[in-house]
Amino acid sequence: MSAVLGDAASPALLARGQTHATVTAAISAISLHRRFGRYWLAGFAIALALCLLLVFGTGWLLHRGVGIWGINMPVAWAFAICNYVWWIGIGMGGTFISGALYLARKDWRSSINRYAEAMTVFAVAVSGIFPILHLGRPWFFYWLFPYPDVMNVWPQWRSSLEWDFFAIVAYLTVSILYWYVGMIPDLATLRDRAPTLGVARFYGLLALGWRGEARQWRRFETLSLLLAGLAVPLVFSVHSMVALDFSEALVPGWHSTVFPPFFVAGALFSGFAMVLVLGIPMRRMLGLRDYITDVHLANLAKVLLAAGLVVAYGYCTEIFSAFYSMDRFELAVTLRRMTGAYAWTFWGTILCNVLSIQLLWSARVRRNHAALFVIALLVLIGMWLERFMLIVTSLYQDFVPSSWGMYYPTFWDIAFLAGSLGLFLLMFLLFVRLLPVVSIFELRKLVHKGEVKST
Amino acid sequence: MSASQPVALLVEFASAEELLGAVGRVRRAQPDCAIEAYSPFAVEGLDEALGVRHDGVAPWTLLGALVGGVGTYALEWYSAVFNYPINVGGRPTASWPAFIPPALEMTVLGAAVFGVLAMLIGNGLPRLHHPLFDAKAFERASSDRFFMVVRAQGQNFDMQGAREFCESLAPLSINEVSQ
Repeated sequence: MSAVLGDAASPALLARGQTHATVTAAISAISLHRRFGRYWLAGFAIALALCLLLVFGTGWLLHRGVGIWGINMPVAWAFAICNYVWWIGIGMGGTFISGALYLARKDWRSSINRYAEAMTVFAVAVSGIFPILHLGRPWFFYWLFPYPDVMNVWPQWRSSLEWDFFAIVAYLTVSILYWYVGMIPDLATLRDRAPTLGVARFYGLLALGWRGEARQWRRFETLSLLLAGLAVPLVFSVHSMVALDFSEALVPGWHSTVFPPFFVAGALFSGFAMVLVLGIPMRRMLGLRDYITDVHLANLAKVLLAAGLVVAYGYCTEIFSAFYSMDRFELAVTLRRMTGAYAWTFWGTILCNVLSIQLLWSARVRRNHAALFVIALLVLIGMWLERFMLIVTSLYQDFVPSSWGMYYPTFWDIAFLAGSLGLFLLMFLLFVRLLPVVSIFELRKLVHKGEVKST
Repeated sequence: MSASQPVALLVEFASAEELLGAVGRVRRAQPDCAIEAYSPFAVEGLDEALGVRHDGVAPWTLLGALVGGVGTYALEWYSAVFNYPINVGGRPTASWPAFIPPALEMTVLGAAVFGVLAMLIGNGLPRLHHPLFDAKAFERASSDRFFMVVRAQGQNFDMQGAREFCESLAPLSINEVSQ
């Protein structure tokens, strides 16, 4: 295990010579004093433009209905569901880093958990848009909620789509609570260091009057532990519910007990890829090299590789169980995936998710940030293709040849995908500018731990 | 701050270890005072040094889990068995395995919401202002300084004696703050 504070010989989680004062000053200065230049503004403009596209698309969808997408029978699920599963899967990266690695007492989570949690909140928020817009009459989405309505009917408790609604609501709420509560001590730091009264009031209101008294810290630490313990089973259950949306249906290629664990692994895989894709440019542009070091990126790459291998095992299991079952429909779907009209999505998935990550076995690649960035990007593309492949290839050739049909995306399909990327980017850019991107109090704790060890 | 108000001592230290040592010594030597300890991160052992045993977050979290889980299950059962029973090919109306997923999600949600509320309310948050924020030195309590606040508790408290004792601990500074 690498040391906390750096020295010449061993790689470290923090650069040399860090103290409580330097970590506080460096991280809080990003929110309080930093001037965000052209790159931030350019990114913000692009994100805003894509968001506008999403707004227009949503308006058009509400006016015309889901027919503006390329979906029809037999392929009634396509881009919107892919986007939903992709975004909610990305969310898992943050929850895993802040929950499971906290319980495992891994020090390297300290400087990446904040932005990973922010990523989770934004990704889950973006993902929630798609199932609602896909409802046909999205303005009645609250019918999913069990309330005493005048129609005297209740939600269908036995439907996995209803379970999914509960899963998203619980996941989004718990993610926001976890993220915000974990930020309170840092918001207090920003309040105390604010250059003007207006800024102090802004962060002061958000900090809720936090003072850092020992009793406050005690409750805070107990809650952190409990929330970590709750978040881990929650995130596993959420991705299992997402998988049950598919595997509860009697559709060849979906109806499989391997789906829940397979989806959990896929979510972890894409989540860690997004943590890398966001972290590598962020540490460069915000000058966070002293805090997000080579050790962090290499560790993320190792988890990415491990999760990718589990996903690859999932692919093998799917193919094996199709042949082992001797079910002619299962077999037909499996062979169609590899050779049919959408075979390029299958082979693209294999290339991105199975082959590209094999480079991560090499320590040299794990230290090369450009290579890591490209591999993580490929994984994100691969995971999107995988969802498209799983969804569309199971649907486009139904049980009887008379109900076969192709799916082609329309302009609006692509607009919604691009718009969701824009919305995510917009929220992340605002987060980077306004809120502490690294958990300052956890870095102080790390500094303290390093001091205690070295004396 | 008016002179008639009771006063507390704000004692500043440079490190967590000094604060931890000071809290223990003041607690032993000055029985008639209440001590608070402020640090920029959770210092291990500080709560024990102050004699804090229970924080109450865990029981409330458990209660939230029960409210969320049992409540959701009860709602599902009531709606599916009594309020709106549907006979689907003679299958039981109380199909409990299908009721578990929403109940599980609401268990976690209830636990998290109650836990956060217990933390905030137990900590006296949210709060717009606190007298300690008037002390200039206290700004560094969220950065790199460690503070002990000694307040009078009971009639026998000797402020002058407490101040002299705190000075013997070699702090960086001692300030008087209003309660």
